[in-house]
Amino acid sequence: MKIKSWGNYPLNNSNNLNFGNEEDLKTIIDNNNQLIPFGNGRSYGDSALSKNIINIKPHNYFLSFEESDGILHVQSGVLLSEIINIFVPKGWFLKITPGTKLITIGGAIASDVHGKNHHIEGCFSECVKEFNLMLPSGEIVACSKTENLELFRATCGGMGLTGIILDAKIILKKIYSKNINQITIKTKNLKETFEAFEKYKEKPYSVAWIDCLAKQDNIGKCILMVGDFDDDGDLNYAKKNRLNIPFNFPSFVLNSLSVKLFNWFYYRKVIKLVSNKKVDLDTFFYPLDGIKNWNRIYGKNGFTQYQFILPLKTSYLGLEEILKTISLSRKGSFLAVLKLYGKSNENYLSFPMEGYSLALDFKIEKGIFKLLDEIDQIVLKYKGRIYLSKDVRVSNETFEKGYPFIDKFRSLRIKFKMNKKFNSLQSTRVKI
Amino acid sequence: MNYILIIGAKSDIARAIAKKYAENGYNLYLAARKSDELQNFANNIKIRNQREVVCLDFDVLDYNIHQSFYDSLSVKPIGVISVVGYLGIQEKAEINFNETKKIIDTNYTGVVSILNVVANEFQKNKSGFIAAVSSVAGDRGRRSNFVYGSAKSALTTYLSGLRNKLYDYNIRVLTIKPGFVATKMTTKLDLPKILTAQPEQVAEDIFKAHQKEKNIIYTKWFWKWIMLIIKCIPEFQFKKMDL
Repeated sequence: MKIKSWGNYPLNNSNNLNFGNEEDLKTIIDNNNQLIPFGNGRSYGDSALSKNIINIKPHNYFLSFEESDGILHVQSGVLLSEIINIFVPKGWFLKITPGTKLITIGGAIASDVHGKNHHIEGCFSECVKEFNLMLPSGEIVACSKTENLELFRATCGGMGLTGIILDAKIILKKIYSKNINQITIKTKNLKETFEAFEKYKEKPYSVAWIDCLAKQDNIGKCILMVGDFDDDGDLNYAKKNRLNIPFNFPSFVLNSLSVKLFNWFYYRKVIKLVSNKKVDLDTFFYPLDGIKNWNRIYGKNGFTQYQFILPLKTSYLGLEEILKTISLSRKGSFLAVLKLYGKSNENYLSFPMEGYSLALDFKIEKGIFKLLDEIDQIVLKYKGRIYLSKDVRVSNETFEKGYPFIDKFRSLRIKFKMNKKFNSLQSTRVKI
Repeated sequence: MNYILIIGAKSDIARAIAKKYAENGYNLYLAARKSDELQNFANNIKIRNQREVVCLDFDVLDYNIHQSFYDSLSVKPIGVISVVGYLGIQEKAEINFNETKKIIDTNYTGVVSILNVVANEFQKNKSGFIAAVSSVAGDRGRRSNFVYGSAKSALTTYLSGLRNKLYDYNIRVLTIKPGFVATKMTTKLDLPKILTAQPEQVAEDIFKAHQKEKNIIYTKWFWKWIMLIIKCIPEFQFKKMDL
């Protein structure tokens, strides 16, 4: 069966394996190798693609919820959107959420995802109290910060390469409204952008859209959105109709001119330098989830998202250099997202570190991988790293230099024979 | 606090029915053997729909406990749906009476035993809803499964009489006749895809038929016509056919 991830690239021929219960799953692991768990297919590149993929999404039971401490126990195929639909009306929300709610809990743990509040709350693993992991031996172990810590550290951010996450207990946070008080700040260049992030550091949520086609003095101009939950008591959260992109756009639709036009309008839509607005949580956290199949605008050849992070010290210089390189290449994307992150955690392969991260979408076209290789070198020069959940092309060298705990991860894989069973196209490429 | 009691709640059709009713605001009693195996399933629909879902141990072949089982329900259900079914193996049943007896007792005797209890209780209150999953296999005996078919046929006849009797008491009785359904019970059969329903479709049909107070439904709908044709074939011809 042909399987693609969110980037629609590459298209991979995979055996789609389903299991009913834990015994079935053990048999699947015993009888196959080159296995990787597959959730909702929202990682962008090839991290959930392999010869044999194990379908996790059908395993989506809610197992228990403790009103007293907000601890929710779910099977790993439950989508964040399902949690939101059920729990927002009761006054609970995810403590940490990425920019899409259409991912499974298992995927959230395996990518150790982060969100607009990383600078305050950290990665998804911070809200994971415990999970059960099936090892290659078929043994099921409970992992938490107090039990089997090394498996916990390896599995959170471990890209599904340590075994199968069966279920997890996650900590929800109390909210008193579905609405966010959002402040929008418009800046003219990278210096102003950094100052704005610094100024609004205390706000729980922040993210900036950046115009990466801007030139010279305007490089790094952005629209920064910060906010926090309101307390107006409005928990009336209902499903909305979603726009749909019914087919792949022809690939010429997105070119430097159309992106420039989009950026021009997007930037000018905000008139005041600083403005306040009340928006609902979907608008604030998940703007793109409002459009079904938005990945089709990049055409049938697909796209990739390039996301890197640089340490705080080198962020300014590094970003300046990278933005200049992109601007010159005229291959800028219209979804470029900049964010200030908080401290890194101790998970072996978690992406975040204290500093600035930029995520850019690029249509797969001639010359794109060469450009990204070039940017890789700049990222390395400034001691940064690449986010595996988005990646489809990074080299083993570039990857390794960014992740100091990779050897720990590798030896753990060997110890539990994970390397014999669990491999993705990505893990094979970057030699994890 | 309207409860529906689902008997034989472990089957795929029963689970789909449970989901459907919980989504539409009903609380549930899920009765089955080793009902603790249903606990995760029950918790899931409980949390998703914010309804009460209670798992209860129940053996349809243990006729002696059927009355006390019903008496033990603290809040009485407004409706009962029997999804009990045992296909068995025809060839085995032909040479081994234990298999025949199991097919008959599970599909007929046991269901009648519990539905008698339910019917008497509903009759006292002059309200209630009874539904039971029979089968298109009960419409005409065929060489491939006539032990199962005859048990289902008896059930269909029982339900018809029950409906007739309870009409005066304002109690509706629904006979459900599924054709092929893709479930654990039928995984080993090679079913023609176009004729095969998913459990969710069956649940949907049952829920609709309940709301519309129907008497007999076939699911999928076209089985009504398929069975009509099959029933019209004269016996002298039918006996020569391999269906």
